[in-house]
Formats: sequence, structure tokens, C-alpha cells
Amino acid sequence: MEIGGIVAYLVSLAILAGIYAVFTLGLNIQWGYTGLFNIGIAGFFCIGAYTSALITTPMPTGIYAHYVHQIFGWNLPFLLGILGAAVVCGLIAFLIGIPTLRLREDYLAIATIGIAETIRLIFNNERWLANGPRGLMGLPQPLQEMIDPRHYNYLYLIIILLILVIIYLAIERAIRSPWGRVLRAIREDEISTAMSGKDIFSFKIQSLIFGSMIMGIGGALYAHYTKAISPDVFTPLYGTFIIWVMLMVGGSGNNKGAILGAFVVWGIWTGTKFMTDLLPYTLKARAPYIRFLLIGILLEIILVYRPQGLLGEEKKVSKMMEE
Amino acid sequence: MAELFIYGVVLGSIIALGSIGLTLVFGILRFANFAHGDLMTAGAYVALFLVTGLFSWLGISDNPFIPLSFGLRMLFAIPISMITIALIAILLDRILYQPLRKKKSGTVILAMAALGASFIIQMAVLILWGADSLFYKPGVLRPALELPLEIKIRPDQIFIILIVSLSIAILHLFLKHTRMGKAMRATADNPELARVTGIDTGRIIKWTWGIGGGMAAMGGILYGIDVQLHPGMGWGFLLPLFAATILGGIGNMYGALIGALVMGVVQQISTAYLLPTYKPAVAFIIMILILLVRPQGIFGGRS
Repeated sequence: MEIGGIVAYLVSLAILAGIYAVFTLGLNIQWGYTGLFNIGIAGFFCIGAYTSALITTPMPTGIYAHYVHQIFGWNLPFLLGILGAAVVCGLIAFLIGIPTLRLREDYLAIATIGIAETIRLIFNNERWLANGPRGLMGLPQPLQEMIDPRHYNYLYLIIILLILVIIYLAIERAIRSPWGRVLRAIREDEISTAMSGKDIFSFKIQSLIFGSMIMGIGGALYAHYTKAISPDVFTPLYGTFIIWVMLMVGGSGNNKGAILGAFVVWGIWTGTKFMTDLLPYTLKARAPYIRFLLIGILLEIILVYRPQGLLGEEKKVSKMMEE
Repeated sequence: MAELFIYGVVLGSIIALGSIGLTLVFGILRFANFAHGDLMTAGAYVALFLVTGLFSWLGISDNPFIPLSFGLRMLFAIPISMITIALIAILLDRILYQPLRKKKSGTVILAMAALGASFIIQMAVLILWGADSLFYKPGVLRPALELPLEIKIRPDQIFIILIVSLSIAILHLFLKHTRMGKAMRATADNPELARVTGIDTGRIIKWTWGIGGGMAAMGGILYGIDVQLHPGMGWGFLLPLFAATILGGIGNMYGALIGALVMGVVQQISTAYLLPTYKPAVAFIIMILILLVRPQGIFGGRS
């Protein structure tokens, strides 16, 4: 492979790792700081991607209208797509939080699995909504007219990294505020936090909404990278499980760890592809399963032997505190 | 409608085999075992290996017991697969959940480990058997019997209802009348009190996994006989399993049985109005309604 090819490959790897890092940051708010067990990330991923796709694409006209059905197409700019994705995901998180956040913690997990599966089923079966199993294609990319399409990925990587930095700084600020300290207090000890006069349910639902909005942004970024989305992308494996492994590997409760985990695990995931390419032809079709099996084992090893992940939690969250 | 009701009972009895095990694990070990559906998958595929692989190699007759669609091979495969999955479940506890319990990891960490186990099992099945849907006996004719009220039912489905009723009756007698069964119920009721009264919780945990795993395996096999085998089948059962467990009250075996029948019937009847692929979503909606109205389940249990 020539050097240009390798660079282009690394750029595409970094783009996807960057998008996954947005998800791990969102999950870190929910799990790392508040202890909310959301295993329906794929649902927010899916909703974020589709919302932004519907907002930014035009309504199909002429012959396309026979083949592509979508509930609306507003042809608006990329940034409004991202905003819409965040708002809709926040709304879904609010609705799912109401029945579950007052109950024992694993009910939220079960309910989020349910919402993720239900969302995928709806997009798969309802053709009028977003073209059913065939999904939507030809999504616009921001600033695409400014640069040669062959080099567009460099620009998109810069956009992703910019958004990642903004989200990182926003979360760091929120977490180091009194609000963020209440979240951590809830995670550590709900009862004594409630006794200090904090409304546990309200803080939990805020955390769930905040994290899910960031996941929605991740979904939108993904959709505009691949330019085509269909419901079969948002499976529990690619949409939920790998993101959990990333956060656990990097270190939950640490935003730098969350980003690091996304890059490390995505690196392992793509790196092992080269190894399975060496397998005999008959085994190759099943190679992704072997790689996912290894990722699953990685999660179990982390849980048993290094639950704090690579970086571990940052204990000091206030600059007023002494070292 | 009467026909859909009967199909719902068939589906419900398969769900019951999973939900009873799930509720026992939930009640005694206190975490949400997200890998329970995949134990069903694993059981179904172990039986597939026995029926189409090992037993054919051993030369066991493949003739079906007419009017059923399976024969001697399946009759041997069911108990062997149940024991295999029971052992796998106990092994999984030994190498994964027990170290986590020893480290005093929270129940959420255990549930996350179970989610990991769920994907590991799914991937193992995909590596060994591939992603296509499979049948125990492809191409076999499965004529339906005509019952009154225009109900068509296959003999296999009658077999499913009978064998599930029998298994649950045996489990009921076991829990009611044996020392181990009584100890299990006591532990599900109050683990701390059970330990103080000298019940060996280590053994209880082994039995719980053994019974849960074995029943799940049978559920998976019966679903394979009734419909088909698919690597994602257990994941698809996850929502109805949890809905049935929550509906019946966590830790309550009889509640889980009723909950499973309700879920089976509601899911099947929903197909009269909705696409059949929406069945898991129907289970999910019911679960949310239960959580809103009566989170402790119909029959109490712990919330």
C-alpha cells in the first residue's frame, strides 16, 4: 500500500473512533458519573442518525418519490440536523426516564434495551417514515462544496475533532460544577444525597437526557460520514456493546479515559481485521464474529481484573479542593 | 382468535421455561441475567449438533414419531442438551460471576458481565453454525390437526404444551418437597436470613444456575422444533422474558409462569393487528405499562 493510502485509511479510522468517542462521552455522563445503566445506546444512535438525515435531506421529487419514502425532508443545514438529533434524543430519554428512574437500577437497563429494539423495528417496518429497511441515502456533508470529494475526509475529521473538543469541554465544566458533584453523590450514595435535600429523580433524568443528547449528536455525525443509513446498522453489537467496552476499557468516570477507550478499542477492532484476513477463505466469512468474541472476552477481563479501566476515575473534581 | 390464543399458550409455555429460570436467578443472585435468552439459543444449537451430528454418526434412527416431526434422536438430545447448558451456566458462574461477587462488585456490574456473556455466546454460535436460520429436520411435512372452533394445531405444539406442563409440575414438586427446593425458596425470599440459618448458599447458587440453564435449554429446543433456530433467537426472547418476570414479581416462580403465558398470548394476539415482527415491541410496551402501574408485579415479589 502506498503512503497516501495508509494516511487515508488512518483518517477514516480516526473519524469513526472520534464518532465513537462522542458516544463514550455521552455514556460517561450517564454511567461514569451518575451510575445509570443505559444499554440501549443503539436506539439513540439510530434516532440521532435518522433525525439529522430527515432534517438535512430534501423531500424526494420526480421519479425518486416512487422509490424513496420519508416522512419529511427539510433540506436544512448540517448544524440544524445535529441540533435536531440532540433535541429528539433528549425527548426520548425523558420519556424513558419517567417510568424507570424511580425504580431499581436494572429496570432502566431492561427498558433501554426495549426502546432500542423497538426503534429499530419501527424504522425497519414503517416505510413511510424513512424508507424502511432500505434506509436513506445521499445525505449531505457539511462544507462539501469547498473541497475535492477525494480529500473530503480530512475536513470531516477536523469537524469531528472540533465537535469532540467542544463536547469534552462542556462535560468537564458541567461535571466540575455543583450539578456534577450531585450526580457523583447520587452514584455513590442515593439515600444520603436525598437526605441533603437533593431531588434524586430530577438529577437522574437530567443526566439521562444530557447523555442521550450527546449520543444523538454522535448518531448525526455518523450519518453524515457514511452518507447512507439503514436500520440494520444500529444493532446491539455495533450500536451499544462496543461503546460499553470502550468506556470500561478507558475508565468510566474519566472523560479522557472515555475518549482514550474509544480510540484504543476501535484500533483493536480494526487492527484485528488484518489478522483475520490471514485466515483461510472458509473461515473469513465468520471472522467478524471471532473479533467480536475477543471484544466480549476483553470486557469480562476488564470487569474482573481492572474494573477502573486504563485511566481510572478522576477523584478530584473541584479546583477549590486541596490535592 | 381462538387459534391465536392457543398459539399464544404454546409461545407462552416456551417463554415460561426461560422466565422461571430468569426469575430464580434474579431472586437468588439479585442481578438481571441478560444472557438468559442466549442460554436458550445455546441449548437449541447443542441439540442441533446432537441430532444432525453426533447421533447420525452413532447411527440412531432418524424416523419421526408420526405425527410428531422428530424422533428418537430428539428425545435423547433434549436431556443431554439440558445437562450441557446447566453445566455451562454453572461454569459461567464459577469463572465470571463468582469472582465479581467476591470482589463485592455491584449488581449492575454483574448485569454488565451477563451482557458480555450474552454476546460471547451469540458469537460462539455464529462462529460454529453461521448466521442463517436452521431447522432440526428441514423439509419435513408438518400437517396440522383440525380442532373445533377452526383451530389448527400441529402435534408438535401439543407435545410442547404437555412437556412444559410436566417439567413445571416436576419443578414445583422439587421446590415444595425437597430440602434443596425449600432452601432455594428460603434464599430467594431472604438471602441474609437463609445464610444465618445455616443454608449453604454456594450450593443453592449452583442449583439455581443448573435449573435455570436446563430449563432455558429446553425452551430453546422447543422453539427450534416449533419455529426455527437462529443465532439471535435468544436475544429476541429477552424482552418477553423480562416482561414476564417483572409482571409476575421478581423471584416469584408461579408469577413468572403466569406472566409468561400472558406475554405469549398477548404477543400472538397482537399479530392480528400488527406485523408479527413487532412482537418484541409489544412485550416492551406491556413491560413499560407494568412498570408504570405496578412495578412490584401482580403477585408482589420485590420491587
